[in-house]
Amino acid sequence: MRPGRLLSIATAIALVSMIVPAGAETVQITMENLEITPADVALKVGDTVEWINKDVFAHTATAVNGDFDVNLPAKKSATSVVKKAGTVEYYCRFHPNMKATLKIAP
Amino acid sequence: MFIRWSVAIAAVALLSSPVLQGARAADKPTDPQIAHIAYTAGVIDINAAKQAVKKAKNKDVKAFAEDMVRDHEAVNKQALELVKKLNVTPEDNDTSRTLSKQASDKLAELDKLDGAAFDKAYVTNEVAYHKAVNGALETQLIPSASNAELKSLLQTGLKIFQGHQQHAEHVAAELK
Repeated sequence: MRPGRLLSIATAIALVSMIVPAGAETVQITMENLEITPADVALKVGDTVEWINKDVFAHTATAVNGDFDVNLPAKKSATSVVKKAGTVEYYCRFHPNMKATLKIAP
Repeated sequence: MFIRWSVAIAAVALLSSPVLQGARAADKPTDPQIAHIAYTAGVIDINAAKQAVKKAKNKDVKAFAEDMVRDHEAVNKQALELVKKLNVTPEDNDTSRTLSKQASDKLAELDKLDGAAFDKAYVTNEVAYHKAVNGALETQLIPSASNAELKSLLQTGLKIFQGHQQHAEHVAAELK
């Protein structure tokens, strides 16, 4: 087996472990009275965000960079798995004064 | 521009001292009056939105109007539940009456417009209207409310309406 082949296998393993990290977690983020709590969340690729809308108003979690756009009808929850590393600012399309940030580690 | 400002100024003027203090000297509005004003302000925006859902051509304007119906109906439903719980009967007053009169004039004015002209006029008025209501909530209604739950609902209302104002500003910017 050529060294190049080994390297590409090693790279593949490294990539897979990045995509499915051991111990992926679920982070809960609540929207209540037009506030997103916590407003700053640190997590890693593969983690799940559970958005909990406790308001009687519909909200969205919409990434400024277009990475995600989660609809949250009144009193409903939704989950999404974070797939890309980086700092993502998001807001509610209906109430753009609701703003928060996800800091996603690789 | 002139029309937009005159609407905003007229609304702010109506909601601040002259009307509110007209009948009751320097008295603050009472909780039953505040509840009536806040509810009326919601109904006005729902009626404007229902007109826009029918008439708007631009899809973002139509979607915004649908959001307004949904949110303001939800706020007013909460308001009704609260006044029932507190056993408060909302009390009609000069501010509510003037707001309603002004709103029906606006509905008639917008009814004469169509297409892009309607869309622009509706969104422009929504920015001005939410700005005026937010000003009244901040400076007049919230500080005057004595019941803690009413105050808290008004504060949530303020955040919702500030969101609507920003949303309306975004939609207005897209129309230009």
